[in-house]
Amino acid sequence: MASQTHSEEPNYLTAKRGLMSWLYTVDHKRIGLMYLAAVLLFFLAGGLFAITLRTELLTPEGDMISATTYNKMFTLHGAVMVFLVIIPSVPAALGNFFVPLMLGAKDVAFPKLNLLSFYIYTVGSIFFLVTLVTGQLDTGWTFYTPYSTTHSGTAVVSATFGAFILGFSSILTGLNFIVTIHKMRAPGMTWNRMPLFLWSIYATSVIQVLATPVLAITLLLLIIERTLNIGIFDPAMGGDPVLYQHFFWFYSHPAVYIMILPGFGIISELVAVHSRKHIFGYKAIALSSVAIAIISFLVWGHHMFVSGQSELAGVVFSFLTFAVAVPTAIKVFSWVATLYKGSIEFNTPMLYALCFLFTFTIGGLTGIFLGALSVDVHLHDTYFVVAHFHYVMMGGTIIAFVGGLHHWWPKMFGRMYSERQGRWGALLIFVGFNMTFFNQFVLGHQGMPRRYYTYLPQYQQQHILSTVGAYILLVGFLWIAYYLLVSLFKGPKAEANPWNAVSLEWHTATPPIEHNFHGQPRVETDPYAFPEIDRTGAIDHH
Amino acid sequence: MTDHAMAHGPSGADDAPHPFQQHHFNTAGQQAGAAKLGMWIFLATEILMFSGLFLAYFITRMLYPEMVLSSHELLDKMWGGVNTVVLLSSSFTMAMAVRSAQVGDQTWLKRNLILTLAFAGMFMVVKTIEYSGKFSHGIFPGSYFDYNAAAEYAASHGHELQGLPHIFFGLYFVMTGLHGVHVLVGIGVITWVLIRANKGHFGARYYAPVENVGLYWHLVDLVWIFLFPLLYLVK
Repeated sequence: MASQTHSEEPNYLTAKRGLMSWLYTVDHKRIGLMYLAAVLLFFLAGGLFAITLRTELLTPEGDMISATTYNKMFTLHGAVMVFLVIIPSVPAALGNFFVPLMLGAKDVAFPKLNLLSFYIYTVGSIFFLVTLVTGQLDTGWTFYTPYSTTHSGTAVVSATFGAFILGFSSILTGLNFIVTIHKMRAPGMTWNRMPLFLWSIYATSVIQVLATPVLAITLLLLIIERTLNIGIFDPAMGGDPVLYQHFFWFYSHPAVYIMILPGFGIISELVAVHSRKHIFGYKAIALSSVAIAIISFLVWGHHMFVSGQSELAGVVFSFLTFAVAVPTAIKVFSWVATLYKGSIEFNTPMLYALCFLFTFTIGGLTGIFLGALSVDVHLHDTYFVVAHFHYVMMGGTIIAFVGGLHHWWPKMFGRMYSERQGRWGALLIFVGFNMTFFNQFVLGHQGMPRRYYTYLPQYQQQHILSTVGAYILLVGFLWIAYYLLVSLFKGPKAEANPWNAVSLEWHTATPPIEHNFHGQPRVETDPYAFPEIDRTGAIDHH
Repeated sequence: MTDHAMAHGPSGADDAPHPFQQHHFNTAGQQAGAAKLGMWIFLATEILMFSGLFLAYFITRMLYPEMVLSSHELLDKMWGGVNTVVLLSSSFTMAMAVRSAQVGDQTWLKRNLILTLAFAGMFMVVKTIEYSGKFSHGIFPGSYFDYNAAAEYAASHGHELQGLPHIFFGLYFVMTGLHGVHVLVGIGVITWVLIRANKGHFGARYYAPVENVGLYWHLVDLVWIFLFPLLYLVK
């Protein structure tokens, strides 16, 4: 299975030189790296917006920035983090790099389309930056009508157009991955021999392809409504603002799973490889991704319990929302069962996986609170919601992304980071994250509304705690950036397969050669059949 | 380009190599299959995008049934019908073009593509006539809608405008406008295929681009098949 490393052959980084060789590249690995750089840059920007918000919230009065600036900041924080960071983070950056490698393919099915989707992403991002400069966007990332169509500043058009363009990038990436997974699997790689990361990327791509076009048309209608007042969403013109919310959440709730499913995929890899145990419940994990993808299209109404939809709709959406918990729980239990009696290595990727299990479970369970109709009426638009989705988006996706980055870093760049520094980083992130967000559940329950610029003095202590946590997070991420960058230049050379993993991406040179493999790899085992597993115990996983 | 020759055993015509095979595919059949699957997924995204508009249409129709009924009388059923026939004919010539490519008939491939282009152009001409007719009677999208001029125009045809007709015409312009953009894109990609056909790129072994453009064109036709009755033939 393993191809021999030909040290004399240049890797994908050194095969071609010069700026143009990057700008015109169709190599999925280089495109993945360009996405990675862009995503990390925007993550820094979005993080600094958040730090500004948290600093303002140190005191109950508004004293550092104006209320308008505050509104712009949280809009930018949300929009940048959702559209520019989390959605492309795992699929476009890590997925682009590793999907073909894990499949044993030379590239994605449509390499030029892949490059195109990167450039579409870049153009969409520039539109977002334009709103930054013109600075008139204060609608929140949801662009709710009629505020967005009549009252908010003109940047609504450029921001939504930016999101519209970004949507196409997302669609094209999803399309590319679906076709790649269907058509480019190496001989012997059946669907049930695919690494679970690929299953989750597949499920994600299906949602991207089916949901994002609806967002595209929604944003197009919003732009047209804003510029021509055709009267679909704007009540002053005879339109229905709740219709906008239906349209928006029909995309944006599935989008939540676009954001979290790839994280699930990473955790499946980390948990199995770093505990040296065959993944528990392979098919259950794989198919639960697909189940989540399907259910995700049927729950959008739980964002609108207090928006004036019918009570019956509320009850149905509430019930369907609970249904998401089933496949999600199947995953979490399978990961825990995988760890059980495994040879757990407490290295950096594993620490992030454990952190994920802890924080994501809190995020998922509090989602059930919010899915319950009566509880949601009390908690709607409070800090409880803020805490919940940060536990899922950040405690879930971002933690998994950072864990995956550490897991695959040696393969991507051929260098090892310092394990000791990595563990310190994971600790800082874990402490900082929980300090920032855990007490926001309490704050929200006590009645602190989200998006407020000032607050009652009784909440100050908890806000201070939260802000200090945010600073710790900032230090943690800067620390990670520091040691990872250092490792690029001074880190010891990585072996081809430092974790002794089985999946194909580890069975080629490190960093990989330009065409990924010497010859066509063939697959004979499933990706979690680690050589040291004692197979005489007769536990048959299939 | 190294291992596609050995990667497969005895192969059907599908897998025979051709000059346009890309290096990352093992066989020509794999490439053609990928292209076709990609196209079908793309078509699914198109359908979902238009479905948003159709939903908006149905909600509007549900909220304001009389308004939709009275407004639609101002659309020209004759031109709409002509355009339906034109697009259906273009779908036929497109299907024939794909067939010609598959059997390697270069002459008819080009002729059919040119015919398709001609029909597509005709559709846009009719659409321009319709739009300018609407504009000349004050029927503009959204807040540019001139209610008095439109009502006068309706009265001269024995109809009465009711409610908020700007919503219906707003939807009309958005739906047919987006469809029109798709026709223009279709003209672009059919021209691209025609240029390649002129260079003799297509034949029995390699016709995936013709087929995919054909699929796209049929979808554009299909969307119109739904737009025409929903907008022009409301009753």
